[in-house]
Amino acid sequence: MASLVPCPHCGSRPKEEFTIKGAALARPAPDADPDSWFHYVYLRENPRGAYEEYWHHTAGCRRWLIVCRDTVTHQVNTSQDAAAAKGQAA
Amino acid sequence: MTSYRLPQGGLIDRGHPLSFTFDGKALQGVQGDSLASALLANGRRLVGRSFKYHRPRGILTSGAAEPNALMTIGSSGRTEPNTRATMQELYAGLEARSQNRWPSLAFDIGALNSLASPFLGAGFYYKTFMWPAPFWEKVYEPFIRKAAGLGRATHEADPDSYDKCWAHCDLLVVGSGPAGLAAALTAGRAGARVIVADEHAMAGGSLLSETAIIGGTPASAFAEACATELRSLPNVTLLTRTTVFGWYDGNVFGAVERVQRHIATLSPSRPVERLWRIVAKGTILATGAEERPLVFGGNDIPGVMMAGAMRTYLNRYAVAPGRTTAIFTANDSGYQLAADLEARGVRVSAIVDPRAAGGATYAGKARVLRDAVVTDAHGGRSLAAIDIRSGSRTDRLKVDALAMSGGFSPVVHLACHRGGRPVWSDEKAGFLPPANFGGLTPAGAARGIDGLAACLDDGARRGANLVATFGFTATPVAFGTVEGDVPVSAPAKTLWSIPGGKGKAFVDYQNDVHRKDLDLAVKEGYGHVELAKRYTTGGMATDQGKLSNVNAIGLLAEARGLSPGAVGTTTFRPFYTPVSFGALAGAHHGEHFQPVRRSPLHGWAARHGAVFVETGLWYRSAWFPRTGEKDWRESVAREVVNVRRNAGLCDVSMLGKIEICGPDAAEFLNRVYCNAFLKLPIGKARYGLMLREDGMIYDDGTTSRLEENRFLMTTTTAYAAGAMNHLEFCAQALWPDLDVRLASVTDQWAQMAIAGPKSRKILQAIIDEDIGDAAFPYLAAHEVSLFGGALHGRLFRISFSGELAYELAIPAAYGDSVAEALMATGRTEGLMPYGVEALSVLRIEKGHVTHNEINGTVVPADLGFGKMVSLAKPDFIGKAMLQREGLAAPDRPRLVGVVPLDPADTFRTGAHILAKNAAATLENDQGYVTSSAHSPHVGSTIGLALVKRGDERHGEEVVVWNGLNGEFTSARLCPPVFFDPSNEKLHA
Repeated sequence: MASLVPCPHCGSRPKEEFTIKGAALARPAPDADPDSWFHYVYLRENPRGAYEEYWHHTAGCRRWLIVCRDTVTHQVNTSQDAAAAKGQAA
Repeated sequence: MTSYRLPQGGLIDRGHPLSFTFDGKALQGVQGDSLASALLANGRRLVGRSFKYHRPRGILTSGAAEPNALMTIGSSGRTEPNTRATMQELYAGLEARSQNRWPSLAFDIGALNSLASPFLGAGFYYKTFMWPAPFWEKVYEPFIRKAAGLGRATHEADPDSYDKCWAHCDLLVVGSGPAGLAAALTAGRAGARVIVADEHAMAGGSLLSETAIIGGTPASAFAEACATELRSLPNVTLLTRTTVFGWYDGNVFGAVERVQRHIATLSPSRPVERLWRIVAKGTILATGAEERPLVFGGNDIPGVMMAGAMRTYLNRYAVAPGRTTAIFTANDSGYQLAADLEARGVRVSAIVDPRAAGGATYAGKARVLRDAVVTDAHGGRSLAAIDIRSGSRTDRLKVDALAMSGGFSPVVHLACHRGGRPVWSDEKAGFLPPANFGGLTPAGAARGIDGLAACLDDGARRGANLVATFGFTATPVAFGTVEGDVPVSAPAKTLWSIPGGKGKAFVDYQNDVHRKDLDLAVKEGYGHVELAKRYTTGGMATDQGKLSNVNAIGLLAEARGLSPGAVGTTTFRPFYTPVSFGALAGAHHGEHFQPVRRSPLHGWAARHGAVFVETGLWYRSAWFPRTGEKDWRESVAREVVNVRRNAGLCDVSMLGKIEICGPDAAEFLNRVYCNAFLKLPIGKARYGLMLREDGMIYDDGTTSRLEENRFLMTTTTAYAAGAMNHLEFCAQALWPDLDVRLASVTDQWAQMAIAGPKSRKILQAIIDEDIGDAAFPYLAAHEVSLFGGALHGRLFRISFSGELAYELAIPAAYGDSVAEALMATGRTEGLMPYGVEALSVLRIEKGHVTHNEINGTVVPADLGFGKMVSLAKPDFIGKAMLQREGLAAPDRPRLVGVVPLDPADTFRTGAHILAKNAAATLENDQGYVTSSAHSPHVGSTIGLALVKRGDERHGEEVVVWNGLNGEFTSARLCPPVFFDPSNEKLHA
């Protein structure tokens, strides 16, 4: 994994400051069918290449980020605030 | 002991003698010596015993690749095993001890292993220690552990401090030899931020062992001038004694600086080692090349040494290798050594060169034998003679030192740490760093460049090109003419092994792997380079085959009829050389690794005699023993009874406290809790259950509405941090459209529970407002004024014990004095402190759950909270998955109470429930006890349990089975509330 994670608020910071939650999946609508919920809660892709994940800058600004990293090269391609990704002000 | 120190020359200070000991014997070296050079100067050739055969071993190299001269340095907590004598600077009072010998280095019983060597070949462990299985633990493992021949770590604590830091630069230069210095000066003069790291004490690398003249200046003085200029540049940091040990993602390098490993009296204000993480835009890999040994019989006898190392001891440390020397070289570097030896008055009796036309420019006195090889070396603890084969005849020559050089392998390790593979070059007869891998730029000998002038030039050019890509205008530094530069010129055909030898020809010195072991590995089907490594152990242990791997690959290639490139290398991984645990831990040990969290009421609890218990990082008061109480149970029972009869005060400050504010705060809570929160009135508290998305309970606690848009949530102590992260995730990632703000206020408030029938009376004495049942009913939550308006706090009428109870929150700094004030006013009412043990008994008696029950496998209905869940709400975390069929299955384990039939009987938490008369089998398992305690109220052990259909089985006789102790206790299932089931006391 990348040694440094670019935080949109704090700049490039050591990965030890972050905690990772896992795949950045869209939460299904409350009334979505059971299969959608099952996929959201239990099923994960294991891609070779670009992968979007939720990262929390726990020991920094405490914002949740969506970090896109390459599972082959370990390169972090993009990193954005999770709220901003939904079109909301961070 | 004869001195081998030359009367003049070398980069040492003869006017500054240093005393040290080796295996307890006092010796003397001088300032500037390494431990290895000091031992050699004292004529100490035998410095260690080999790993497997316990053969006598001497110093082979002068650098990081040393496989033999591993020693234990220092004593007690400062003991450092496996220190390479070649890398250890000498200091006054240094204590060194040899390893892997018993009873002494000179007389070593383990050497008998040599006689058994036919049985200790490749794959020996695999073939021998296979059966019978019980022998593994009792016979084989102790034997292997005893025989494994490296130093022993101390069990004492390290008294020294270690440090960690980050550094950022444009250019990192790894290695300060000719190429590194040229690159660093070029980039430094251009204004780039440069860090130069070198593992040795002085900058200069091979220049320090050179006799060449650069631009009119001797090589070592040239190196010093370069280092002085680099130190004078404000944009350049020169780190000596610093090993760059790994290359990591994002162009981050790990390096360890040995700040005080060379000092007799340590300064307590500085670390002994410092771990650097260096973020570089670009990197010049100027790590040079490692000389390869030649594989002939007896090539490990003390006195046989690498030719380059011999040159270093001669020129840099002014140590003669012996009285009569021979040189066995497959390239021209050996002739330079011969010239230097002769110039210093050391006799060279022969140069043995397997090539037909090597060393054309050599004009010295030594006999040059071309087309010849050394087949065997002879001697025990010191070299006595060598056999030289030339054509069909073999002659024995008496020598006491032999230099060898089989060629040079670029040091490519760092370049391969991120997955790149080195590339074999027939022309250079070595593996070169992978091309274009991640922006690391090799320069000089590290990429196979041959000759001093060429390396200076290559470093300068590559440094200039690299910083130009970061926008610097750099001109490659030119250093003038180099006199005495003799390129190595690679041999036409690499000589992997010398045929015809009789003695053991070692490939890997540290692991005692000799040529026949590799042959055997190939023969037995383990010829793949990764398999051969495991089968023979070649390339393992502390040196990771720095000296041996390329020879081993060459031999495997020969045996398999392939090119070394086709055989390939094993995987290179950090660390380049061993890194101490101290450096990796840095300051993170003791309380800096595991900080202690003390509640604002810690002092109060301590003054009242609390016994503390570690709960995560917290120290919680467990119970408060009184004189005459014979054990903790007695104290706890007294505290429980007192709460039920009078009143008790308990520190609950460590519960997580989160303020939730904003116009959408109520809606937010409504979504994170499974029960309804929208209509919680201002000034009221409510118990809430938070679920995970899979429907299981995550955490519980009370949340109070302080104002229309301000709530205070409490979480359990253990989940305080996790709940905060979870709420932040919900607010930021799931519902950023909700206008809500979160703040952790756990540390801002001292919180105390005052529980018991007299709690109201005690509290009313310090609280200004009326807190009678009418004005302050069950679940009221208000700001209150204390001591006539002197202080404001928050009062919550909530109860974990089932008694009339309150929790009072006070700004943290005032907590201690308020607690003492309560103790003073409450004394006449019988107020006593109680700890978490009593708290636990009280809550079990009342059937309240904690994370003992909320263990990640339960849904609200399992704990009797089914009706709390508001499925009418459009959405909450866990709602969708909670409605799965299996989570409503009728035979799910559900909360139930359990009591022994005979009150004298007892059982423990974790014990399993069996139906009466059922055999103790997995199939018959009905559930397990989640919490248990001795209840003063019931007069026996009581328990809470998760049992299949437990809520429907009240009154059923069961057996509580403790499989660990083989205990069976007859018991009865019952309602989980043992005390005041109608809540009369609660609402009093």
